Amino acid sequence: MALESLKDAAIPETTTVYPIQWRSRIYAIVGMALLLGITIVVTLGIGSTDIPFGTLFHILLSKLPLIHIEPTWTSNTEIIIFDIRLPRLLLAGLVGAALAVAGTTYQGLFRNPLADPYLIGVAQGAALGAVIGFMLPVSWQIGSIPLLAFVGAVSAAVMVYSIAKVGKTLPMTTLILAGVAIGAFLAAITSYLMIASGDRLHGIISWLLGSFALTSWWQVAMVTPYILVGTVIIWLYARPLNVMQLDEEQAQQLGINVEQVKLILLGAATLITAAAVCFCGIIGFVGIIIPHAMRLIWGPDHRFLLPLATFAGAIFLILADTAARTMLAPTEVPIGVITAFLGAPFFLYLLRQKKRAIF
Amino acid sequence: MFNLRLDNVSLGYGKQTVLRNISFEARPGEMLGIIGPNGSGKSTLIRGITRLIQPGSGKIFLDGSDISGINRQKLAQLVAVVPQNPTLPEPFTALEVVLMGRTPHLGLLRYEGKKDLAIVKAVMEATQTLAFAERRVGELSGGERQRLTIARALAQEPKIMLMDEPTANLDINYQIETLDLARQLCRKQKLIVVVTLHDLNLASQYCDRLVVLSNGTVYCQGIPQAVINAKTIKDVYGAEVYVYPHPVNKLPATLIVSDKDK
Repeated sequence: MALESLKDAAIPETTTVYPIQWRSRIYAIVGMALLLGITIVVTLGIGSTDIPFGTLFHILLSKLPLIHIEPTWTSNTEIIIFDIRLPRLLLAGLVGAALAVAGTTYQGLFRNPLADPYLIGVAQGAALGAVIGFMLPVSWQIGSIPLLAFVGAVSAAVMVYSIAKVGKTLPMTTLILAGVAIGAFLAAITSYLMIASGDRLHGIISWLLGSFALTSWWQVAMVTPYILVGTVIIWLYARPLNVMQLDEEQAQQLGINVEQVKLILLGAATLITAAAVCFCGIIGFVGIIIPHAMRLIWGPDHRFLLPLATFAGAIFLILADTAARTMLAPTEVPIGVITAFLGAPFFLYLLRQKKRAIF
Repeated sequence: MFNLRLDNVSLGYGKQTVLRNISFEARPGEMLGIIGPNGSGKSTLIRGITRLIQPGSGKIFLDGSDISGINRQKLAQLVAVVPQNPTLPEPFTALEVVLMGRTPHLGLLRYEGKKDLAIVKAVMEATQTLAFAERRVGELSGGERQRLTIARALAQEPKIMLMDEPTANLDINYQIETLDLARQLCRKQKLIVVVTLHDLNLASQYCDRLVVLSNGTVYCQGIPQAVINAKTIKDVYGAEVYVYPHPVNKLPATLIVSDKDK
């Protein structure tokens, strides 16, 4: 009987059983990371002032140490690239990555394909915070809107969590229901404030639809640590998240400390979502579609799914933002409009291609 | 010798007690059956032994040490469960699901290595699941899923395998196949197999000893010949049956007696 061979450490032919998809999925991750790099460089050149690729390439090269290139471009071009486009592009990438990772995490934790980063009240909390910020005197708004949005997002999630918690356990269905209820309650307050906001309504609506306009380096610097740390934590918990796809009882019987894993993953996903929305508003669709698209193509294993979603989310939002700032230039299209308008048909296409159970 | 011992254990949920004063012992290479009517606490007992619920009183010992002092990961290295109708994530492949059985032996950052894959391959061979290793769980039949969860349990390299109604919802050929496999593993691997069953004939044919649960407590326990008789079945299940020796092996076989023949 084959089981007796368990005791022998060396079984040479084992490589045949090695999942063949693993290697191709690792290549996919590397490929996606490279694609992200290419996307960043290409979209840097696109905009109201078109910068030819050759010039762009020279400008970027000249910034590398030990390389000296005689400038053939104006300092304005450099400002456009490094102070206007690059921070905006990086923020879009970070936010896209964060929302995609958070979406993947929530879908995995709730074992529900409809889950997205805004499921447990984070978006509604952020919106209320931001709207309160818009009601403040104009001179206070710049710093306080993102701060209040962040605080709103985190407090909404904490509120939902403490309501849903029963003793030492956190039933996921209760969490979703509490999230929906708190979300509706906060949205009601937000709507009322919007009606009462008078001439500030336009700014509020723009914020709610999401925009990366006027991004500068300090915003990138503010959100990077949250998103970086949160994403790394989530990546580390990819295997327990896989096991939790069985169900909580089986996961526990396989040695997973389910309540601890839930708390860590929920905390990290909520934090990166709050960081993602606080500067650029509630950008929809990325957090639900990117995870599904990656799952459709590369399968359900979170160890591969999470990194793939991270890079794909970044690429998707950078492209969407490029479209947002160029399509009707000089008017900006709200990015939420673009993500849904471009993302939905692409997603439906994928869905038609592979008609098997993906979740 | 490694053993499982329950000492006056009471188990329940919140204030509701489901099982009272349960005591029994199981040894390696032994197949212990738990029988009793629906709601008698068979599944609760499995939750207790895997520490999903804490005993209200009494203690559960593995190899002489109280399980309340063993952490979850260590416990999963000793005790594996084959759940009844488990949720299995449909898009994962059979192989990926069996690999999840290696979880208790892997740290947070560890991927499955060659040794894990060798073990998984061996258990999948033993359970005849290797043939569909690359197929998605959603495409598998009930019998195949059942064998797959057994493979996953074995991949934990446990000392004890707890099986919760492994034959429920299976056709008779799969019932026999599943229990034959369980007994084979039990003997060859010197596993302790604790299996809850509601089919008295399967219990009698496959288990070395039986523990009969009734109204949340142990009604009696012992070898099938001592436990299964018309009086016990009447007392525990409230059903009229006719018990006679199996023509092949003389183990007690139960026949139902319907109303029209009384």
